[in-house]
Amino acid sequence: MILKAENITHIYSPKTPFEKKALDDVSFSIEKGEFVGLIGHTGSGKSTLAQMLNGLLRPSSGKIYLDGEDIWAKPKEIRKVRFAVGVVFQYPEYQLFGETVYADMALGPRNMGLSEQEIKERIEEAADFVGLTNEQLKRSPFELSGGQKRRAAIGSIVAMRPKVLVLDEPTAGLDPYGRERLLRRIRQYHESGDKTVILISHSMEEIAENASRILVMNHGKLELCDKTSDVFRHAQRLSDIGLSIPHITRVMLALKEKGVDVRTDIFTVEDAKAELLRVMRGADIV
Amino acid sequence: MKDITFGQYFPGASPIHKLDPRFKILLTIALIVGVYTAQNIYGFVLVSLFLAVMIFVSQIRASLIFKSIKPIFFIICFTSVINLFYGKGGAEFDLGFITITERGIYTAVFMALRLIFMVVTASLLTYTTSPISLTGGIERLLSPLKLIRVPVHEIAMMMTIALRFIPTLSEEADKIIMAQKSRGADFESGSIFKRIGALVPILVPLIVSAFRRADELAMSMECRCYNGGDGRTRLHEFKAVTSDYIAVLIIAVFIGAILWTNYFGVITGVRISL
Repeated sequence: MILKAENITHIYSPKTPFEKKALDDVSFSIEKGEFVGLIGHTGSGKSTLAQMLNGLLRPSSGKIYLDGEDIWAKPKEIRKVRFAVGVVFQYPEYQLFGETVYADMALGPRNMGLSEQEIKERIEEAADFVGLTNEQLKRSPFELSGGQKRRAAIGSIVAMRPKVLVLDEPTAGLDPYGRERLLRRIRQYHESGDKTVILISHSMEEIAENASRILVMNHGKLELCDKTSDVFRHAQRLSDIGLSIPHITRVMLALKEKGVDVRTDIFTVEDAKAELLRVMRGADIV
Repeated sequence: MKDITFGQYFPGASPIHKLDPRFKILLTIALIVGVYTAQNIYGFVLVSLFLAVMIFVSQIRASLIFKSIKPIFFIICFTSVINLFYGKGGAEFDLGFITITERGIYTAVFMALRLIFMVVTASLLTYTTSPISLTGGIERLLSPLKLIRVPVHEIAMMMTIALRFIPTLSEEADKIIMAQKSRGADFESGSIFKRIGALVPILVPLIVSAFRRADELAMSMECRCYNGGDGRTRLHEFKAVTSDYIAVLIIAVFIGAILWTNYFGVITGVRISL
């Protein structure tokens, strides 16, 4: 168990007229090497939760454990938690500041106190990872295209080699091709040596295709926390809280209703294709 | 960043909120000048009571009023201490290295009070007037300057935009600080140079984003055919009503009362005065 949240509650601006309970008694645990999806409607507390996981926000009550240790046990060493749990915020390209992409990506590793040699190695690895060339590393981040900037910003977190990578809507505003390419890189990161990934997204397809387990947030509370297939079985419950199931699952449900005998626990287009072919072959259509 | 109350507006429906902004701006200036004419204890008590009533009527919480004094607390202290040593007359207290006079103490206290009165009066204006009507009022009041080619509308528009963007930019700064903290940025320790250096990763994206927003705003204003103040009409025309004239009357009576306390102080020979 790499991350564990125990009854965390967070209240913004306590004891003022603007008081708002963003998280309400949330508990869950995440195993090492898992790919977890985090979904919820706007304002459900997803981003607040992400900021809790690396100690940017301190919970009003409750505890968060990283590798079994309370992250707020030594508040002075909270930076260590931030290096271990890398959080990529929404629209991270607006945080770029360096004269070159390289200098920007070096901020994290340099703050970790690594040697210049080590920093160089990590940046090259991270750049390769997010698909930036050596030539692009020498350019100003402001000369890059939108998608390249996004990848540079994600690379600057990856360069810290965090054990847990949290991404808050990393594909927002990207075109379908850039979206797919970014998700493929995130999957590769997950597969490269026991890395844990938490993906926050509004796209049920993205979540269905990548996550093995899903946390569903609703008004600051943890509504569901289960395997992907089990979460998407609750179509009605999800739509009640402003979410949905993947389009392809809806297609399968509609087919079933029309009398076609297909499985409805299908969440990706690939699986749907295989299932439809199976059914059609059985019925001698193909 | 969230503590900036300057220029902040707290919507409400009090008689003060409803006043015509042109009247409110002029009356605030008159009030500040009036408060400055108070010379003795009677005048200061009168001003304190009047401002307390104003705050009560405006329905602005007293804690917010105190918050507005906080940023200039140092200036108030500094002014009082200087004045403490400069007054002459009355009883003398010898502290060995320096002599403080009775008059000096009164001057120090009154100067501090004047500054506090001024800030409270000004914040009553900004707390009860939305930035839009505030700049609208300023634009109307300054409009005679158009005759001597002062770009009054443009100045008012710049003020509106600047006020409008204070909360946006402070939110943006919070986000950037969070993001750089995620990369281990540390603003709390190290030498002064190290701390200044740590600000670069915050200031650069903040300035870049301010320019980006300016660009976008300019573009969307042009899309709506904005071409300056010529021929532009207002959605809500300013129109003085009876309550505005009543407000003028109240302020006039109040200033008259302060002047009377000064006269009263002189004829009764009050000791506690400037």
